[in-house]
Amino acid sequence: MRSPRSLVGGSPAAAHEITFDGRELPALPGQSIAAVLWGAGILAWRTTREGGAPRGAFCGIGSCYDCLVTVNGRPNQRACLVPARPGDSVTTQEGTGRADLAV
Amino acid sequence: MPTSPSEPLAPAAGGLVDLAVVGAGPAGLAAAVTAARLGLRVALLDAGDRPGGQFYRHPAPGLGAARPEALHHGWAAFATREAALRAHESAGRITYLPLHHVWAVVPAGPTGTTGPTGTRPGEAGPATEWILHAVAGHAPEEEAAAVTARAVLIATGAYERQLPFPGWTLPGVVGAGGAQAMLKSGLVLPGRRVLVAGSGPLLLAVAGSLAAAGATVPAVVEAAAYTAYAGQVPALLRNPGKLVEAAGYGGALARHHVRLLTRHAVTEAHGTDRVEAVTVARLDRDWRPLPGTARRIPCDALAVGHGLVPQLELATGLGCETRPSPDGTVALVLDAEQRTSVPGIWSAGETGGIGGAQLAMAEGELAAHSVAGAPPGARLVRRRARLRAFADAMAAAHRPGEGWTGWLRDDAVVCRCEEVPAGRIREAADDLGARDARTVKLLTRAGMGWCQGRMCGPAVAALAGEEPAPDRRPLSCPVPLRHLAELPPATH
Ligand SMILES: Cc1cc2nc3c(=O)[nH]c(=O)nc-3n(C[C@H](O)[C@H](O)[C@H](O)COP(=O)(O)OP(=O)(O)OC[C@H]3O[C@@H](n4cnc5c(N)ncnc54)[C@H](O)[C@@H]3O)c2cc1C
Ligand code: FES
Repeated sequence: MRSPRSLVGGSPAAAHEITFDGRELPALPGQSIAAVLWGAGILAWRTTREGGAPRGAFCGIGSCYDCLVTVNGRPNQRACLVPARPGDSVTTQEGTGRADLAV
Repeated sequence: MPTSPSEPLAPAAGGLVDLAVVGAGPAGLAAAVTAARLGLRVALLDAGDRPGGQFYRHPAPGLGAARPEALHHGWAAFATREAALRAHESAGRITYLPLHHVWAVVPAGPTGTTGPTGTRPGEAGPATEWILHAVAGHAPEEEAAAVTARAVLIATGAYERQLPFPGWTLPGVVGAGGAQAMLKSGLVLPGRRVLVAGSGPLLLAVAGSLAAAGATVPAVVEAAAYTAYAGQVPALLRNPGKLVEAAGYGGALARHHVRLLTRHAVTEAHGTDRVEAVTVARLDRDWRPLPGTARRIPCDALAVGHGLVPQLELATGLGCETRPSPDGTVALVLDAEQRTSVPGIWSAGETGGIGGAQLAMAEGELAAHSVAGAPPGARLVRRRARLRAFADAMAAAHRPGEGWTGWLRDDAVVCRCEEVPAGRIREAADDLGARDARTVKLLTRAGMGWCQGRMCGPAVAALAGEEPAPDRRPLSCPVPLRHLAELPPATH
């Protein structure tokens, strides 16, 4: 079956793992967090502040800020730019991602 | 006097460089290697971690792609320039600074003593120096960095133009260029059955790549009529290479059974947690949806985009003049040697008007010759003129028709960041008298969020009845407050 990887003849170095809301996901070295999530069929990883609507990556190049996510406890990271590092813990970002501050 | 927050970088090249290039896409990369060949000491800064920009975006080395060229046209043009970059880098002629997002370019020292003077590098006169302030590295470890240069080339490229429609915020609705970017760098797809829609030649490339990578692409939905090219025969005939490229896309689409529906648009995306189907309707000449022509097409992703918008904030921050371009966007005013209206600042590629990677490379080379004071050669000058004429023809053909707002229902979100619906913007324009995007922004918060109007800007301007205005953003990326606090007063 055709796939992006077969198209470019990719034979990546060993995959590693990150977690998304506790679920383990395989990540290829060099992939952004957004790419890892898309690769696992996950398209939404935050909700908006006003309407609580689901959002994920949109522009893919760092300009729209729709892909904001919480990485290792730090909210508002652009998933399309941040590389996935082994063992990263990625969690859905609700609203401003600052619920812990109770403001 | 050191005028930057951190000491200006003292890379291998040593302190001051002759030319700082912002952006390592086709334009900036070609400019940097040409300038280095012509004897200049160059710093090349890019926000991304690999050279190539949007066109030559490619998998990270860890993905072990044996054939990165499978996702590209003209990979060789990139490969030779990247090899030249690495050679100049080891020889100390180019300092390549990946992961450096430049957020401001300012004259070094108080303007008037060492500020812009009108002299060109190499000419006698008071020295003009510029400081480029950047955020370096990945969050959360980013640091302040600065580069000092005698001349600056702005080659910051473009981002996609989006015309909103109901449902465009659903997960699975993604930028067409965005899907392409994610595919090229991460080898992933947003879905299995991906409709491609919007306007412009990029859609054909995107559909071709998605299909080649295993997605089913039921159709490319193009709002313009390709017959708009008919009036442009001279520009087309002078660009046989471009015709061959277009035929190549056509062939690829036919092979993958992709239909091309011209003068049609996606007027709504349906779904609850993600897109499940879209409504596609026929358009009249002005892009107004024709009643009774709507039909539903199931899909699990939609890749959408309506051409590109030049990314100008660094240039407009410096006061560079802009002009309206044939596609309805705003581009920089440049002279025959790629100079902006501000002496000491050059620009090349999409910032001077959307025109594609080949044009960007030609312009980068022209700019480098100009900065170095070397004659560019008649062939290069002719090549640029020819490609620019083609780009203008194409831009005019895909310029959005005024009727597109006809599919923008009042409840449709326009500003994705602040969640402002079309109705509120119409109210600001019709009832409260807002005549421009700035007033709409103050009344509704549209364009005030994280992306600073990059996504909703063209739509808000259209709803306010205004021609699109040039980028005006105080900072081109989020800058940690401590970096700003460290800035000396002279540069504010
Ligand atoms: C998302 C997207 C996908 C595209 N895909 C295709 C395609 O598949 N096929 C095609 O023919 N054309 C494509 N294009 C168009 C293509 O990008 C251009 O034709 C070509 O790349 C223009 O070259 P450039 O050098 O002017 O700009 P770009 O290639 O856009 O390069 C600009 C560079 O500047 C950097 N930059 C921007 N701002 C800053 C800053 N402030 N500080 C530091 N660095 C900065 C960026 O990281 C980027 O590397 C795409 C465009 C976009 C926006
Ligand atoms: S997808 Fe737009 S910023 Fe990440």
